Amino acid sequence: MRTDIEQPASGEAPAPRPVKKNYIRPLDIKHGRIDMSHGAGGKAAAQLIEELFLAAFDNPFLRQGDDGAVLALPAFDPAQGRLVMATDGHVISPLFFPGGDIGCLSVHGTVNDVAMCGAKPLYLSASFIIEEGFPLIDLQRIVKSMAAASREAGVPVVTGDTKVVEQGKGDGVFISTTGVGVLPPGVQISGRNARPGDVVLLSGSIGDHGVAVLSKRESLAFETTIESDTAALHTLVAAMLAAAPGAVRVLRDPTRGGLATTLNEVARQSGVGMLLQEAAIPVKPQVDAACELLGLDPLYVANEGKLIAVVAPEFADAVLAAMRAHPLGCDAARIGEVTADPHHFVQMATRFGGRRVVDWLSGEQLPRIC
Amino acid sequence: MKYIDEFRDGDLARQIGARIAAEAHPDRSYSFMEFCGGHTHAISRYGVLELLPPNVRMIHGPGCPVCVLPIGRIDLAIRLALERGAIVCTYGDTMRVPASDSLSLIKAKARGGDIRMVYSAADAMAIARANPQREVVFFAIGFETTTPPTALAIRDAAREGLANFSVLCCHVLTPSAITHILESPEVRQLGTVPIDGFIGPAHVSIVIGSAPYDHFAEEYRKPVVIAGFEPLDVMQAILMLVRQVNESRAHVENEFTRAVTPEGNLKAQALVSEVFELRPSFEWRGLGEVPYSALKIRETFAAFDAERRFDLNYTPVADNKACECGAILRGVKKPTDCKIFGTVCTPENPVGSCMVSSEGACAAHYTYGRFRDIPIVATTATVIEEAAP
Repeated sequence: MRTDIEQPASGEAPAPRPVKKNYIRPLDIKHGRIDMSHGAGGKAAAQLIEELFLAAFDNPFLRQGDDGAVLALPAFDPAQGRLVMATDGHVISPLFFPGGDIGCLSVHGTVNDVAMCGAKPLYLSASFIIEEGFPLIDLQRIVKSMAAASREAGVPVVTGDTKVVEQGKGDGVFISTTGVGVLPPGVQISGRNARPGDVVLLSGSIGDHGVAVLSKRESLAFETTIESDTAALHTLVAAMLAAAPGAVRVLRDPTRGGLATTLNEVARQSGVGMLLQEAAIPVKPQVDAACELLGLDPLYVANEGKLIAVVAPEFADAVLAAMRAHPLGCDAARIGEVTADPHHFVQMATRFGGRRVVDWLSGEQLPRIC
Repeated sequence: MKYIDEFRDGDLARQIGARIAAEAHPDRSYSFMEFCGGHTHAISRYGVLELLPPNVRMIHGPGCPVCVLPIGRIDLAIRLALERGAIVCTYGDTMRVPASDSLSLIKAKARGGDIRMVYSAADAMAIARANPQREVVFFAIGFETTTPPTALAIRDAAREGLANFSVLCCHVLTPSAITHILESPEVRQLGTVPIDGFIGPAHVSIVIGSAPYDHFAEEYRKPVVIAGFEPLDVMQAILMLVRQVNESRAHVENEFTRAVTPEGNLKAQALVSEVFELRPSFEWRGLGEVPYSALKIRETFAAFDAERRFDLNYTPVADNKACECGAILRGVKKPTDCKIFGTVCTPENPVGSCMVSSEGACAAHYTYGRFRDIPIVATTATVIEEAAP
């Protein structure tokens, strides 16, 4: 990028090369840091957007340079066409962790929220709150990771915002993303739809993200080979919906609060109970060991690339097969079933042979996990 | 997980369960108290009760360090943070214990107190080193298991001259608490609490050994079986207790031989007695004042004693009147006997200390076992509908 400096400005500069003006010293990404002027809306802010954000996210919507993005929606039946919109703030600490960083996480988190409604995600917005003094090299690493995740998911970041807060009033960088998607006709997915007799499916092993993040926390720092499972799940969802149209009633990604909290949300929303089989819930041995050591229960540890589905019993095998055929669902398992229970208890038959409640997460198990 | 899964084997559990059912006389009942919160948690989390015959009943004892911490002690720690500007470091569970004025350490933190959760006393020392201009107080709680690390921190702080570090010592002792329960009128005179035997602590016994329990077995004619914290350990201990009762024996037996010896960890014991001495009396939540049941920092290490350093005066504060934690900790009542259990008092808003830690009798029953009793929140569906736009 630095070699572009001497090039005369040209209104028609080809993408992804940012438009450069003469006599502007490029950002010193390697040594530079965010200062208050980057958030003041002046020249420095414009330069940051051009050289760092636009360079990474480059797409026609963002290049319009307007206050908002004008978007094309795919044609759909106006009688049935529905938009889905979801938003998610990311305050994870540390910003970089095994298997990912706050950048890709902020794309996956929102793409997944849209996907859990059964929708095809189309566009993202991103808002950055950056702390004064934050190294540009780290910001670029985060933004590039975010751009790569958005490109891989096929969901462009079409509009954004940058704010800077004084040192000590933020913690590096916070990222909020909002996603918009369209719901195919006929798809009815909601946490209210679970019915007694339905089958509960889980797309893979639980607790990977939380343990990966925890392993890098200053106060804990332990060695583990576990990486965060952060991933965009919309193609897995599409495969599941295609396998048995109408069979998937509930989709959720068990992030904060883990599998236990997510299933309790669904049980309460639908007014049902659940009975899980502990032996059927996949947990990697490394995650199990880390949790044992730290006194955590994997059921409550966050995930960023897993989903649960509540499925009509007659189609459970078909949906499970579709999940297992997808790279993000190869360890998918049938973990339990929905019961009629006026108290909405999520119960679990333990591997030990007893039975117990799997309750909501109470208090906070691990702060700032996403 | 190797060396762990072996102790959580479901098939073996069912076999031991069948043995207990076969050996327990159907015409009598067996009531055993597991002293430790670690056992309470294992029993609830793994569903051990389901594998026991109906005439074998478990009574949850007071061995949960945060549960027995009286309000007045938490108040002291909160005052250090809010009024004296100290950095107060403590273990995670302690953060949520209810104190006076609807406060807790976590709420005091939200009011600006510099209160930090640590995993060890050594972490608190590191915070003291990193903040030489601030007073750093380690709010030390726990039974004999957490006492040696605190002793080590105090001794090391003295050696390295860590002048801004001190300890608010609330370490308590297991044997005196068991004696207190056995001496309580409900158990001794009224016979309202039939305790046929004890499951003895796991980790505590690694430190103090099995010998200190000989006294109860002899004096009170109650069998004690020291057991590990894995569910199979608990099952095996229950079987051993049933056998002792059947044979009218009252001995100290050790199920946890892979870790516990008769004399315990002598090095740790020496360290503890170098730094600490007995308090003549200490208030326990639920049990009241218990003589010689806690430790204080010796005069030699007075500079590291937050009580002396900040000239703190302990003021006892009565528990909420409706709270039955006291009776529950003594085994006189069950969590469900408490009027506010699961209604006013929940893990999110604990009124009593037994609801705070997952090792507490009330929290364990609420979190893992409440499907066995009654609807706690009968109308969540309507709540949702009302909340919807």
